[in-house]
Amino acid sequence: MISHKDSMRILIADDDEDDRTFFSDAMTELKMDNELTLFNDGMALMDYLSNPDIVLPHLLFLDLNMPLKSGFECLKEIRANQRFKEVSIAIYSTSSSEKDIEETFIEGANIYIKKPNDFTKLKKVIKEVMDINWQFHSSGLNKETFFFSI
Amino acid sequence: MKLYIKYDGIVACRVILQEQLERLDIEHKLLELGEIEISDSVTEERFAELQESLNRYAIFIVSNEKSQLIQKIKDAIVEMIYENDKLPSITISQYLSDKLNFSYGYLTNIFSEHTYSSIENFIIIQKIERAKKLIIEDQLTLTEVSYKLNYSSVAYLSSQFKKVTGLTPSAFKRIVDKRRNLLK
Repeated sequence: MISHKDSMRILIADDDEDDRTFFSDAMTELKMDNELTLFNDGMALMDYLSNPDIVLPHLLFLDLNMPLKSGFECLKEIRANQRFKEVSIAIYSTSSSEKDIEETFIEGANIYIKKPNDFTKLKKVIKEVMDINWQFHSSGLNKETFFFSI
Repeated sequence: MKLYIKYDGIVACRVILQEQLERLDIEHKLLELGEIEISDSVTEERFAELQESLNRYAIFIVSNEKSQLIQKIKDAIVEMIYENDKLPSITISQYLSDKLNFSYGYLTNIFSEHTYSSIENFIIIQKIERAKKLIIEDQLTLTEVSYKLNYSSVAYLSSQFKKVTGLTPSAFKRIVDKRRNLLK
């Protein structure tokens, strides 16, 4: 369990540099105590995660569309490994198709974010995601049925 | 063979506490709502052992008075939502101040100050959690679920469910069923 005073370890994998900056700026502006690590693609992320010595993150943001290894492929690989069962996974994408959203949850994502293109909206979305994720960590809610689509 | 199990978290927690305290030979009394009284003669080592053995079950000893009160608020809400077959019609503010002997204003302030959330929000999330459980158990219709959880209508439950999860109750059910099939 983490208390609200501890910082959240967050990883973000996105191949688009502008989006990465957009995201980390929004996160920083929220002034929550977060430890943020960025990856340029899914391969780099999976390489990092395969190291058994790392301290596991609390929350992972995955861009759905990345070359080499998509967010969806990362999601499947991560969920196939028991080691990561406590890690919350947030997928973000420009798609808002219900089928895509459901498919992502079925494969084990906890959060689905329709990527907003406006900075203020993005900040609001991230804040909501952090709040609900914190609730799930701190109140011992059932991770198996933790789905949040925004 | 795959089995679906049903369990009572509060009873399970009491049994675990009892077993661990007995195993470590610590004189104790289980009080209500997440309180235990243990003998003052317990050594620091023994206490650390107790802490460690409880942490394995995700049970944590919180000693600070404020965090204790927040934990009591949370436990009282969870108890009210999960232990009753149907939610009592008494208002939650009344219920909490009666149960904890503090004014509701004091409780909401302390809760908001020390968590990222409000009591109201915590209650909504817990009610939706119970609704999720009931939907998955698949014994009740959504109308029955909304009655059990004191929603004025099934439409109100659905809209609160959608607000908290971003999904409709039926999409939620579909996802859980498909996930189960996938994991089989």
